[in-house]
Amino acid sequence: MTRTPALYLPLAAPVAAAVISALLGRRTAAWAGVGAAASVLAAGAWLAGTVRGGPIVAGLLRADALTAFMLIVVGAVATIACWAGVHHLADEAAAATDRRYLILVQLFITAMSLAVLADNLGLLWVAVEATTIVTAFLVGHRRSRASVEAAWKYVVLCSVGIAIAFLGTACVYAAAVAAGAHGSAALNWTNLTGQAADLDPDLMRLAAGLLVLGFGTKAGLAPMHAWLPDAHSQAPAPVSALMSGVLLSVAFYAILRYKTITDAVLGHGYTRTLLLVAALASLAVAAALLLAQRDYKRMLAYSSIEHMGLVALGTAIGGRLAITAVLLHVLGHGLSKAVAFCGAGQLVTATGSSRLAAVRGLAARYPALAASFGLALLALLGLPPFSLFASELGIARAGLAAGQGWVIAAAFALVLVAFAAVARHGGRILLGPPDPTPTIDPAASAPTAGAIRLRPAAITPLVIGLVAAAALGISLGPLQELLQAAATTILLGR
Amino acid sequence: MTDQLLNLACGLFLLTAVGVLWRRELAALITLLTVQGVALAGIAVLLAVDQRHAETAGVALAVGILKIAVLPYLLRRILARVPEARETAPLVNVATSLLAAAALTLLAYAAARPLIDLAPSPTAGAAPVGIAVMLIGFFLAATRRRAISQIVGVLLIDNGIAAVAFLATGGVPLLVELGVSADLLLAVLVLQVLTTRLHAAFGGTDLDDLRELHD
Repeated sequence: MTRTPALYLPLAAPVAAAVISALLGRRTAAWAGVGAAASVLAAGAWLAGTVRGGPIVAGLLRADALTAFMLIVVGAVATIACWAGVHHLADEAAAATDRRYLILVQLFITAMSLAVLADNLGLLWVAVEATTIVTAFLVGHRRSRASVEAAWKYVVLCSVGIAIAFLGTACVYAAAVAAGAHGSAALNWTNLTGQAADLDPDLMRLAAGLLVLGFGTKAGLAPMHAWLPDAHSQAPAPVSALMSGVLLSVAFYAILRYKTITDAVLGHGYTRTLLLVAALASLAVAAALLLAQRDYKRMLAYSSIEHMGLVALGTAIGGRLAITAVLLHVLGHGLSKAVAFCGAGQLVTATGSSRLAAVRGLAARYPALAASFGLALLALLGLPPFSLFASELGIARAGLAAGQGWVIAAAFALVLVAFAAVARHGGRILLGPPDPTPTIDPAASAPTAGAIRLRPAAITPLVIGLVAAAALGISLGPLQELLQAAATTILLGR
Repeated sequence: MTDQLLNLACGLFLLTAVGVLWRRELAALITLLTVQGVALAGIAVLLAVDQRHAETAGVALAVGILKIAVLPYLLRRILARVPEARETAPLVNVATSLLAAAALTLLAYAAARPLIDLAPSPTAGAAPVGIAVMLIGFFLAATRRRAISQIVGVLLIDNGIAAVAFLATGGVPLLVELGVSADLLLAVLVLQVLTTRLHAAFGGTDLDDLRELHD
């Protein structure tokens, strides 16, 4: 078994970095975290090569093309977030809680890697719930009233939501046991896709509904999204980047895995309806609340709901083109949103406020930061050359080809509203007239606000993220083959 | 004999959930939850004896330790730190809550149809009890205002789902159950810390005070 190290690396590297964080100084620890995130990315690329000859299974873990792709997403976004986090930590005054912060971030990355590597769907559930627990303290990191409130809502709503997904998992298990499987192998994805023909359709219909509702809560799909804007706006910026950029996608990955099984049992119609409703509801909620947004971190959070809505839309359409576009969208959104949130974090540090009104005329005050934040917003708006343009186009084309013209028209009308809202807010942040009376938010505890100089090194990870997002929009290169293979995995279950 | 004991355990399981809606003293809620843990562990033990299955016995042991000893201990510690003895003003009064519980139980029997039809074992007939407890947990979490009541609601939901898993499938695999139990334990620990912070930040644990964040 010479090929298995790549399976364990995405788990071992962040755990090792967590141990380093517990023992060594925080600068070493922060860079070890960046190294661990890069290792996850490297392991994803490594696995992408090895799974060409078929999936690798080792005990409870399993890797196929979809796993390799998700590891690349997790690794890429985590690298940007941890790298930006090195500088974020240097800016934050409270050094006492840094150690715990660094450990929790690494455990968070471990839990996400485990979720995408798990063969057993019970283990997948355990890993997704573990992300909620680890991130709870990260959301409440600052201990202000607002962040404690956000953490409470996050834990209660997500725990309850994910409990529904567990009931769905138990139903799938019951169906598998009735079909003749037993023990923990009954919940193995490989096993379930193999015996899909024997699974009871009524029970699977119940299970599919519960699973979409449960994992949909964690993926931020409306109407179970209420926790998301609070949690994403209160967490420290690099954590927001990870939660928004990958955690939502990892939760959605669970839906993708189950979709393969439920579609084989029930046909495409059932999950398509469920996901279309969730997609349109998410787009509508995001568009409506983006219009009147007054806080730029919340604006980014609602933009995540919009993009998860698009991902759900593409998944509902189904078919090779749509699924490939969905996967590309996941990667493009992860990169762009990570850059946007990390940029927003530096903005908060520089201006002491996350109110939109407090950060006008940024281009004149912080040109480099303004450029990267502005470009990230353009990427999120789906403008070329960034990859979200290509993936949104792919989803629209697939929808029209599948005869879903009205749905696509409605969805993209909502996307247009969201586009206008974000463009207007973004324009004011970057180019608007500087606030005539530079009123610093009295609640914000940054006495030196405005006086902080931004270091060029802090911009580097943001630039790398933007370049990657733009490069993906121009050419997929070697990823093309991986995306096709991952789409095959979702569509055919192998 | 086993059948009668199983019916007894299931009855106790549902009854304690209704009791949680009925009582307002937070200490009484914790006692009821402990009794419910005993009933749940009892269901697991009876199934293990019935099937002569060592793995189910392991699951029963893990569930028993967690639900009878560890979780009640943690809840009592929260209560000791946050001195609020009663649920002052639930959003829905007790009489209406009990009527809702009856309606939710009927709903549970309707929803569990496919599960009962399919399962090979006769114990699956009792699975709606688990779903009813889960729905009562949702109701509790949605209508109570104290932080600790909401935690109890989350735990009821979890108990209900665990009971469904036991009754319909003879219990999920040991490995999965251990992971689920570890997650639940950590979630309660997180909520314990957050309750203390809520108390420090807001001067109470009335969840209606949580209105810093909105659009």
